[in-house]
Amino acid sequence: MARMATTRRVAISTAVAWLFGLLIFFPILWMGLASFKTELEAFAVPPSFLFFHWTTENYATVQERSDYLHHAMNSIIIAGGSTLIALLIAIPAAWSMAFSPTKRTKDILLWMLSTKMMPPVGVLVPIYLIYKSFGLLDSRIGLVFILCLGNLPIVIWMLFTYFKEIPRDILEAARMDGATIGRELVYVLTPMAIPGLASTLLLNLILAWNEAFWTLNLSTSNAAPLTTFIASYSSPEGLFWAKLSAASTLAIAPILVLGWFSQKQLVRGLTFGAVK
Amino acid sequence: MKHVLGAVCGASCLLLAVPAMAETTLTIATVNNGDMIRMQGLTGEFTKKNPDITVKWVTLEENVLRQRVTTDIATKGGQFDVLTIGTYEVPIWAKKGWLVPLANLGADYDVADLLPKIKDAVSADGKLYAAPFYGESSMVMYRTDLFEKAGLKMPEKPSWDFVIDAAKKLTDKSGGTYGICLRGKAGWGENMAFLSAMANSYGARWFDEKWQPQFNTPEWKTTLTTYVNLMKEAGPPGASSNGFNENLALFNAGKCAMWIDATVAASFVTNPKDSKVADKVGFALAPNTGLGKNANWLWAWNLAIPAGSKKTEAAEKFIAWATSKDYTKLVASKEGWANVPPGTRTSLYQNPDYLKVAPFAKLTLASIDAADPNKPTVKPVPYVGVQYAAIPEFQGIGTQVGQQFSAALAGSATVDAALSAAQSATEREMKRAGYIK
Repeated sequence: MARMATTRRVAISTAVAWLFGLLIFFPILWMGLASFKTELEAFAVPPSFLFFHWTTENYATVQERSDYLHHAMNSIIIAGGSTLIALLIAIPAAWSMAFSPTKRTKDILLWMLSTKMMPPVGVLVPIYLIYKSFGLLDSRIGLVFILCLGNLPIVIWMLFTYFKEIPRDILEAARMDGATIGRELVYVLTPMAIPGLASTLLLNLILAWNEAFWTLNLSTSNAAPLTTFIASYSSPEGLFWAKLSAASTLAIAPILVLGWFSQKQLVRGLTFGAVK
Repeated sequence: MKHVLGAVCGASCLLLAVPAMAETTLTIATVNNGDMIRMQGLTGEFTKKNPDITVKWVTLEENVLRQRVTTDIATKGGQFDVLTIGTYEVPIWAKKGWLVPLANLGADYDVADLLPKIKDAVSADGKLYAAPFYGESSMVMYRTDLFEKAGLKMPEKPSWDFVIDAAKKLTDKSGGTYGICLRGKAGWGENMAFLSAMANSYGARWFDEKWQPQFNTPEWKTTLTTYVNLMKEAGPPGASSNGFNENLALFNAGKCAMWIDATVAASFVTNPKDSKVADKVGFALAPNTGLGKNANWLWAWNLAIPAGSKKTEAAEKFIAWATSKDYTKLVASKEGWANVPPGTRTSLYQNPDYLKVAPFAKLTLASIDAADPNKPTVKPVPYVGVQYAAIPEFQGIGTQVGQQFSAALAGSATVDAALSAAQSATEREMKRAGYIK
């Protein structure tokens, strides 16, 4: 009897989990489906779910009209570069705040977070002028720099919470054995924090990959990443949903694949610190 | 070590020298409209003739482009050499000194061939600040089969009374056919483009001669009441979120008996590849109330050079090429006459090849001729523009008013409440901007 009840509970919770999973995935699925429709079918009311004339015409048009590889390469460099630099700065910063806190640590953390509270458009013109003076407009370095700065508070916060969970005794033991700060960071702390580091890296990568405000405003063609590639398919006059969906599907494909392969680390990292 | 240093220095000098000797690269910002995409596809023809120039395209959604380009031009960022801008921006930006006047378009450019209304819209102080790439007005597109079935005949210059009456008669909500589809989505370039043009035909105006907002006048009340009632009785459900593209999809799917919108839509609704009703569409001028103004607007997408560009000579060469008569011929030879950019040159409307494939050509021209940006409505106004007032504050005001009117259509506000909110919002903004005290 008890076994039956457990089986039923498992079945119900699996069904509920699938339902929520599908619900969350539905917009992406719909986008994928729309990318295989003709423009007229993509706009049709009522919409057709699976029974429509499947076509890869939109992908061909998108390939023909834009240089996908150029944009994808820019996205990889900008998102990857900004994430790595942010991690390099954030690991020592989070370490010092987690293990050698001072009176002002909390204030510093809050101050860092407060920089995320201002809408980016508020500083668009000053940043644009600075970038113009330094010749950073439409450059990959410029975008790496701004995305790194933008995501730094989140990275530091995430790492800080992960580091806080690591027992100080282990670090003390390492110190007793004569480990320097550098060795302690590299050989003791980092391996223990790998799930946290991995999920921070992935989340930051996704945030940088999807960032659309700065990438749209500070790039034109040379440094333009996939966000500008998507934006070029929206039109005020004329049907564009199917082509836009094809462009968006192509744009999210790399990150989707990456997410798929690293989901184990992502889940471990995100639940790191929870009751074990 | 010395040798290595020398080699590195030499290589760097070479690298630095290469761009100086190389060709000029033009960066062109544009929107993702069919005619612009075609122009991108034909760029090779331009670079073949001008091997010292290469072209880079930046295609963005209209609102993103507007914001992006405004930031660049206001900070003199110099990121773009050619801009695609609307008739709304041209006079404002020209006045601010943001655009380079186009004085060297070449001897065979034939400025006199540009449609006078469009040419006026892109000129300031007698100088051309942008070259029109394609122009449009608005008109009625209607289903000839439904009209015939109902025993109705669309006049060439319909009155609003006729349109309203026909819309009600042709509505079959259970069958999914609606008498009329009109824009309802809030935005200065969405519902306000249509409603400002409709208001002109009812004798309303945005501002009086002293810049006082006019939403508290009976003309605006009649306009908005007529619009809301008509859409309630004969419009599709959820019309308050319909813009150009949503209505195009509805019309192409055979759900609208009439649609009043941009003349460029004519080529979409008559294209059998995209439209289920391609062979059943008729055209008429936008409706009037007998006051001498039709409810149609005037718009053109134009190419201009920002003041920050350092490549004005090459940029002007490109603009002259893309807006020339030869370009029209080039498009016709590659993609057929039906695909040439319309609404900018008189000669196109005298071309028998074009007239043969474009049944809407005559009405497009008549609609453009009927709109007058300098005298948009019955009473005098202090602004230029038919469906907008060419002042920098209009984008913000137009969108605020558009939100009120969209709410009235959705039924979440009454017509009176929407008009009064529009009046106070506009008064506030105009006071803040110093037009009124």
